[in-house]
Amino acid sequence: MTCLPSQGGKKLGLVIDLDTCVGCQACATACKEWNTGGHMAPLTDIDPYGGTVDGVWFNRVHAYEHTTEMGGRTVNFPRSCLHCETPACVTVCPTGASYKRASDGIVLIDEDKCIGCKLCSWACPYGAREFDTDVGVMKKCTLCVDRIYNDNLTEEDRVPACVAACPTSARHFGDLGDPRSAVSQLVAERGGVDLMPELGYHPTNKYLPPRAHTRRAASVPAKALEPVRAEGGFLGWVDRMLSN
Amino acid sequence: MHPAFSVVFFTTATGAGYGLLALLGVLGGAQIIPPDFWLGFIGMGLALGLIAAGLLSSTGHLGRPERAWRAFSQWRSSWLSREGVASVATFVPAGLFCIGWVFFDRTGGWVAIAGLLAAIGAIVTVCTTGMIYASLKPIAQWHSRYTLPAYLIFSAMTGSVLLNALLQGFALGSRMLLAASMLLTLLGWGWKLATWRYNDALEIATNANTATGLVGGTVRSLEWPHTEENYLLKEMGFRIARKHSARLRQITQVLAFALPVLLLAATLALPWPFAAVLSVLAAIAQLSGMLVERWLFFAEAKHTVSLYYGR
Ligand code: SF4
Ligand code: SF4
Repeated sequence: MTCLPSQGGKKLGLVIDLDTCVGCQACATACKEWNTGGHMAPLTDIDPYGGTVDGVWFNRVHAYEHTTEMGGRTVNFPRSCLHCETPACVTVCPTGASYKRASDGIVLIDEDKCIGCKLCSWACPYGAREFDTDVGVMKKCTLCVDRIYNDNLTEEDRVPACVAACPTSARHFGDLGDPRSAVSQLVAERGGVDLMPELGYHPTNKYLPPRAHTRRAASVPAKALEPVRAEGGFLGWVDRMLSN
Repeated sequence: MHPAFSVVFFTTATGAGYGLLALLGVLGGAQIIPPDFWLGFIGMGLALGLIAAGLLSSTGHLGRPERAWRAFSQWRSSWLSREGVASVATFVPAGLFCIGWVFFDRTGGWVAIAGLLAAIGAIVTVCTTGMIYASLKPIAQWHSRYTLPAYLIFSAMTGSVLLNALLQGFALGSRMLLAASMLLTLLGWGWKLATWRYNDALEIATNANTATGLVGGTVRSLEWPHTEENYLLKEMGFRIARKHSARLRQITQVLAFALPVLLLAATLALPWPFAAVLSVLAAIAQLSGMLVERWLFFAEAKHTVSLYYGR
């Protein structure tokens, strides 16, 4: 059913810290690696070694330059499915392939039902759905449903592959429906925001904005180097002779 | 948005087909158009042929056409599913009307009712098509109050110009229908001009700031996540040069609106064989113009995902 379920309390999602993300692409790579063998496998690559390489990725890391009166800075920006609370990508689906789970709010696609009409990708404002031209069906982030409930993994590995891979801990996973959860508190503390709130999709994932500029320069403990200047007098004459 | 030919052709052809079907259903059932085997055969063949060709072409757009039947299931939430249900359901009264009116020369009674139901089905189907586009919030040029009426007006317009060509061909042309075709074409022209004006002045609340959550200042794309075009850019990042779009708007206006109105006006004054030739030319010009119009409808529509790519 593509009608949205009446939402239970649980809203699993990600919190992404734009302050600490260094744009290393580890999350995108780890995502590709896990998911090309996961729930939505394969993440087909077309012409992977050629000049027109193309393929399905669930997570893409952009880089932006944000310039304000406080100055400019580079912001690395991972973009993936936000597991919206009112996602039109689900309601537009004519086949029932797209659905939102009542139990935890994860938005998934049943690949056996998808006819590849692509309408859901038009309905997603965030570009989170990518069409697999080889298989003929739509694909998207699963929030690693095959990891987070996976009893074969150790407890600390039951997080999405992107979260596990991030070297700067810029990605956090948890229940955003529970105001006492660590992720909810992080969002409250850092003023986490929704992307394109004006469109009314109510994304579950939140983005933590970069921290304010402090105007503090980095302190350098080493002594400044002495200037190299030509010596005068006899020693200078010796120096010039020897340098010739 | 990428103007895929299958979808451009589909919406243009089914629009004209449903317009013609609705007019034949109402006017034929009420005996305003007299039953005549060849007239009915060609008219209904044209209407149902355009619809069927359009629907077939739209399934060509699918990644898994063999599963297309699944698209009838989610009519509670999906306009695309509703379109599928409405289009197939319309074939039932349309088929009955066709049998009664074309093959048994009957009017009134159940044939009139079937014709009326086919007309209602046609209008409902065109509405569902329009709503598929009008309901998409990420595309501001489509998510506007201009989209749904445009689909209805263009369907009525192309349907009546086709019907006029058909009746003129059988020397059954009427001044009423000619006048209606010209008025509908002028209405379509006006609506298109108003839509372009609205879209050109559109102030879209969604921008690179709200897309990234970065408040204030400017947000400039430094680096894409990939070096080559991906699905998102191919499907939704389509861009058309301003000068091409201006030229194509002119072509649309000439072919779809100006030329048909002039040809139809000339038809008013001319006797049979000439009137028929001009009417057919008007229909051909208009349908080709509408293909350009529909191509532009896609090419000029901007999806919010392009903001992430600095486009
Ligand atoms: S981000 Fe896009 S694909 Fe994901 S739930 Fe929201 S609308 Fe759907
Ligand atoms: S592409 Fe598949 S999942 Fe998306 S709307 Fe069409 S049928 Fe549904």
